[in-house]
Amino acid sequence: MSAPAIVGRREFIRVGAAVGGGLLVSLYAPLPGGASEAWAADEKNFPLNAFVRIGTDETVTVIAAHSEMGQGVYTSLPMLLNEELEADWSRIRVESAPVDKVYNHPVFGMQMTGGSTTSPAEWERYRKMGAMARTMLMQAAAKQWNVDVSSCRAEKGVVIHAASGRRATYGSLANAAAQLTPPAEVSLKPAKSFTLIGKPTRRLDTPSKTNGSAQFGLDVSVPGMLTAVVLRPPVFGGKVTKLDATEALKVPGVKAVEQVPSGIAVIAQGFWPAKLGRDKLVVTWDPGPNAGLSTNQMLADFRELAKTPGNIAKKTGDPAGALKSAAKTITAEYDVPYLAHAMMEPLNCVVDLRADSCEIWTGTQFQTVDRASAAKVAGLPPEKVQIHTTLLGGGFGRRANPASDFVVEAVQVAKVAKAPVKVVWTREDDLRGGWYRPMWHDRFEAGLDSSGNPVAWTHTIVGQSIMQGTLFEGMMIKDGVDGTSVEGAADLIYGVPNLQVDLHSPKIGVPVQWWRSVGHSHTGFSVEAFLDEVAHAGGKDPYELRRALLASQPRMLAVLDLAAHKANWGATLAAGVGRGIAAHFSFDSYVAQVIEASVEKGGVARVHRVVCAVDCGQTINPDTVIAQMEGGIIFGLTAALKNEITLKDGKVVQSNFHDYQMLRIYEAPKIEVYIVPSSANPTGVGEPGVPPVAPALVNALFAVTGKRIRRLPIRPSDLA
Amino acid sequence: MTSFFVNGKAVHVDVDPSTPLLWVLRDSLEMTGTKFGCGMALCGACTVHLDGKAIRSCVAPVSRAEGKHVTTIEGLSENLTHPLQKAWIEMDVPQCGYCQSGQIMSAAVLLAENSKPTDQDIDDAMGGNICRCGTYPRIRRAIHRAAELAGQRSAK
Repeated sequence: MSAPAIVGRREFIRVGAAVGGGLLVSLYAPLPGGASEAWAADEKNFPLNAFVRIGTDETVTVIAAHSEMGQGVYTSLPMLLNEELEADWSRIRVESAPVDKVYNHPVFGMQMTGGSTTSPAEWERYRKMGAMARTMLMQAAAKQWNVDVSSCRAEKGVVIHAASGRRATYGSLANAAAQLTPPAEVSLKPAKSFTLIGKPTRRLDTPSKTNGSAQFGLDVSVPGMLTAVVLRPPVFGGKVTKLDATEALKVPGVKAVEQVPSGIAVIAQGFWPAKLGRDKLVVTWDPGPNAGLSTNQMLADFRELAKTPGNIAKKTGDPAGALKSAAKTITAEYDVPYLAHAMMEPLNCVVDLRADSCEIWTGTQFQTVDRASAAKVAGLPPEKVQIHTTLLGGGFGRRANPASDFVVEAVQVAKVAKAPVKVVWTREDDLRGGWYRPMWHDRFEAGLDSSGNPVAWTHTIVGQSIMQGTLFEGMMIKDGVDGTSVEGAADLIYGVPNLQVDLHSPKIGVPVQWWRSVGHSHTGFSVEAFLDEVAHAGGKDPYELRRALLASQPRMLAVLDLAAHKANWGATLAAGVGRGIAAHFSFDSYVAQVIEASVEKGGVARVHRVVCAVDCGQTINPDTVIAQMEGGIIFGLTAALKNEITLKDGKVVQSNFHDYQMLRIYEAPKIEVYIVPSSANPTGVGEPGVPPVAPALVNALFAVTGKRIRRLPIRPSDLA
Repeated sequence: MTSFFVNGKAVHVDVDPSTPLLWVLRDSLEMTGTKFGCGMALCGACTVHLDGKAIRSCVAPVSRAEGKHVTTIEGLSENLTHPLQKAWIEMDVPQCGYCQSGQIMSAAVLLAENSKPTDQDIDDAMGGNICRCGTYPRIRRAIHRAAELAGQRSAK
């Protein structure tokens, strides 16, 4: 194996031979104190740490450091790499990375997928490794032919020396390339030379998702494996006081009933006996301190709390003075509920725990944290724990659990099962299992000048902190303000000279978590709906007012204009149909949406058309951008029209898709997505489509009914 | 012992006859293409065909399959040649992909019964299948496309 090459200041690219032949390339991110050098030189670890493996059989395996949960990274990461590698696209395969610090997220410093960051974070790394691999292969060919490497070119997995007509495939060069010393630097193509990046490209994972062969966590089976379901307390934090498992143990196939810290595990031969056994458990619970929790009471408490000053997240100008001297003021309060992620694949985790090792199979977004958490429970050093990341049947944030809840529990069950075990969550377990998007209350006051322009804007936010108690706490909570609680509000994109945003973060015993678009999921709604109120209070067109307030935000302005233009903003609509607009900046991307909606008999809101414009910088796979906008819009509509998790006497009321409903195909509107061409670095795509949906919808419903909806989900009684 | 056919092959399983077909397929026969989503026939992820009709296997006791033919996603075609699979690939329908087995199996029955479905027909037939990723617009397009492909195939 060759010495590591220095790329940039403190990164090392390492190339070498694969076990059994072939070329491996890996990139080692900088570590404090120059530790990368030693790390990259580690002979034992290197073969396991590659990002790309070029086989002598011509296959090119891209190792994905990020999880595929539908957002398309198992296609976009290979696209980045192959833009430079120039291999035959039909030969590309994808594997999920094992857990290793080499695969740490270049920004977050841990192996994870989230925050709509895969493309922005990997924009350079995967291209660099592709470039290095191609360079080595070309050098191997040039050496073999005794020609200058600059007289060769690479195309579809073949190095070509045009002058002599000689050709060699990557597979035939891989072993020789692995013996060469890599160049000190590689250069990347300019954007104008891209042949793959920015071109609509079919996803590599689609065929396996149309014939049942795609393997999700729930599909994993290992020899001797048992299946467990866990009965968890009906109230968060509850404890078992009395357990009678007699009847459960009589169910054929049930092997054991064991208490674990999270509840009672029924361990059986397969899911069905485990579930039947669980149904027969007789348990007395001590509900604990959360027995009195009620979301109705919380709603009232939040509203009171919002009338008192919170921790200041943002203050510019003199908001109080400007409100006092304003020609007109308006106030409004907005509320959104707890929401479950409700991925179609319920949570699950397979654990094979041995005396000196622990092997885990699961669909996770949070490998580093899960491994550390599992190791602690297993009583093993982290390097003795390996996680096989499967495809994720949806994530939306839930599979990046700060406490590794579903992984830790599975290791605990494995400890008592004394056999490999798969823990399966039912839909009821999922919806009642907590880790929700927090309930939020947003209270606004705006002051308008005599021309109807907003000159003062105050926004008080009440809701649980997501980051508190997580390993992101130090990074994300400053002066008592969790940045994710106020994102999209404290960084208000509109030019209002006197602005104040303050925050209350009550502590409540309901576990909360990031949910697709995180804080933007409430600020996008409340800010954009309130801005519509401000426009009407000032006698202005909501689109024109936004334009005026975006004078110093050219990218957002362009997106807003594009959406309005494509939606024929201002043109007459059919009777009974209203049009609403909203724009929101999140995950460094700009999105605007125009929605056309009407109200059916009985007050049911009907969404006809959604026009969406997005600027997410340079697109990698534009078709994936469109798909993520489409999906984000449906996700946002589901939240706007259908979902709430409520608690009564400490218990979650909802349990399955009959009372926690998803938007259905017959409710899905026509969606049009327009991408603003850009050569700026890529920005987020998975989440930014969600925040503008609910406000564009309530603004459209106001346009047609004159009724303001300030609480989600939208209820027929709001519109009837 | 319950005996039936899965994708044309005879199978015999020794399980409690009230066990849902879904868990027999997944746990006993290790055919995991059919998915568990809700256990209450609410989401359609577990859709399979029983003698050509779409059923929710999560609530169908295996006894219902006795002597009958079950078709699962694995049996739709041998090599991705079913018009729906071709159309799904052409339109890049799946995101996470978890619900898609059920979507395709529901769509297959629709197309078998209605070679040229309208948007309304699609809405009516596919309303029982949830996609949390929100691929509905593409599912609609892909079913139209599959109908077209099937038409071309039968015209040949």
